[in-house]
Amino acid sequence: MFLSMEHLNKTYPGGKVAVEDFNLEVEKGEFVCFIGTSGSGKTTTMRMINRMLQQTSGTIKINGKDISQMDPVKLRRKIGYVIQNIGLMPHMTIRQNITLVPKLLKWPQDKMNERAKRMIKLVDLPEEFLDRYPSELSGGQQQRIGVVRALAADQDIILMDEPYGALDPITRESLQDLIKDLQERLGKTIIFVTHDMDEALTLATKIVVMDSGKIMQVATPDEILRHPANEFVENLIGKDRLIQARPSITTVGQVMLKNVAAITPDKLLKEALKMMHDRRVDSLLVTDDGGTLKGYIDIEDIDYNFKTATSVGDVMHEDVFYVKSDSLVRDTVERILKRGFKNIPVVDNDHKLVGIVTRAALVDIVYDALWGDEDKKDDSEDTKTSAAAADQGGDAK
Amino acid sequence: MAHMNLWEQLIYYYAHNGSYVLAQFNRHFLISVYGVILAAIVGIPIGIFIAHHTKLNGIVIGIANVIQTIPSLAMLSIIMIGLGLGVNTVIVTVFLYSLLPIIKNTDTGMRNVDPALLDAGTGMGMTRIQLLRLVEIPLSLSVIMAGLRNALVLAIGITAIGTFVGAGGLGDIIIRGTNATNGTAIILAGALPTALMAIILDAVLGWIEKKVDPTA
Repeated sequence: MFLSMEHLNKTYPGGKVAVEDFNLEVEKGEFVCFIGTSGSGKTTTMRMINRMLQQTSGTIKINGKDISQMDPVKLRRKIGYVIQNIGLMPHMTIRQNITLVPKLLKWPQDKMNERAKRMIKLVDLPEEFLDRYPSELSGGQQQRIGVVRALAADQDIILMDEPYGALDPITRESLQDLIKDLQERLGKTIIFVTHDMDEALTLATKIVVMDSGKIMQVATPDEILRHPANEFVENLIGKDRLIQARPSITTVGQVMLKNVAAITPDKLLKEALKMMHDRRVDSLLVTDDGGTLKGYIDIEDIDYNFKTATSVGDVMHEDVFYVKSDSLVRDTVERILKRGFKNIPVVDNDHKLVGIVTRAALVDIVYDALWGDEDKKDDSEDTKTSAAAADQGGDAK
Repeated sequence: MAHMNLWEQLIYYYAHNGSYVLAQFNRHFLISVYGVILAAIVGIPIGIFIAHHTKLNGIVIGIANVIQTIPSLAMLSIIMIGLGLGVNTVIVTVFLYSLLPIIKNTDTGMRNVDPALLDAGTGMGMTRIQLLRLVEIPLSLSVIMAGLRNALVLAIGITAIGTFVGAGGLGDIIIRGTNATNGTAIILAGALPTALMAIILDAVLGWIEKKVDPTA
């Protein structure tokens, strides 16, 4: 484990408990967002990682080493630090600001120059800016410098304390893209404190929701949207966002048709043909007696083998493509469309057949995703019914 | 000399005692500067210290304030009891009066440094000394300079009365003028360079102060 925090507690003198039994494991390259209302202890927790604050009890380990055994000054030089107020030194040029930590580490001058140039390129600012002072840059440009200052000495962990809180929405968005891109490209581990749920959902690979010093939930953005752990998390996400998020968190189980034409392998081909005829379909799924998916059989198989084979088990295809009912439609839709199947069986975790997804149902989903926002609710209800009708037709074909 | 008007008398005095006035000017200047430099050597570290230890702040500023309220002639006399007549007494007096503006400005300058910068500096791994050297002092330098400027202007005034304890300086010329019959020109001959010195130094230090202001 790259960064691990175990049973962290922080009590301020006077008895105010800021952090209570905080446990978190962070892998290298993760983008972790601490989110919570003010006073939830998110900043306090973050500041304990570079020992700006000392925990009352508990241990923090980086690469297995207990940080309380390390020299705080040396530790901090290895951890990038970006704060809300940007904190560029007004009396130093941008070049000096970027190479502040390298300078503390006593790098040679030419290496620092080279690094300053590389860093400013990283955030798409012209090289001339290196010799300017922070006051000559806009707020957004300043925070770009603030971000690369935290990267300049090859720090592996970057701590960011509401770095974009003071920026306007447009600048904030471009900086969010920037940090996400940098993080993915350079493989940095980022601990990002924010109170903005949108920001956390966009950036994080792991969200830590905190309230009054306690962890409420640790999960991926998807997981948080799908299963908020409690009412606090739900409120923090907001009803609007939960509704908006629905298309992207719909599972296959929610869109599949449950009425499936299935047959067991021991049945005769004659029976299979009769069943196809009755159900007006051209293929059947094959399951065992317990309902576990075994394969499929279609009308051509029966046609070619009617004379030589007798039971369904003799001619069925076992290489059946299926999806799990709890997988996200978003993740599976592309695979389904690419394979070009007319319909795909859906199984549960025990590999039991529970339903079927047709291409017509996928059309419905894609339609909803593209125009769902614009349509009135009634309209989308209408399309759903007509799409369902189309499903039936597709099945019968 | 009685047939000359005031300005003619003044020019006459400078023409005949030029080197004497220059010597006294020099002496006056050095007494003031020595006192202020000593005060800076003591006062700036005290100011830095109390900026970091806010509990001591009230006490130290309070003491410096009390020193400031003692009339300068009284102070001069009290110091004289200990150090006797001469230059040293004046330098010590100047030193004591310069402490307040220097300590106070250093303290204010240090405490006006944006806490976010200190947080950023510490968080990036600066030691206490590096933080002081690279952040706090450069950022409070202009306010500290303003304190030195105040102190120096004050010092020039105090040095002028140093003549009463036999320290010399331009005050000597002024006193000579007050003791002479119709000595107006002589008084001016001493007072004008004193005033000029104060004004010029104030302007020069003001210029330096602006130069070191990081926000400008």
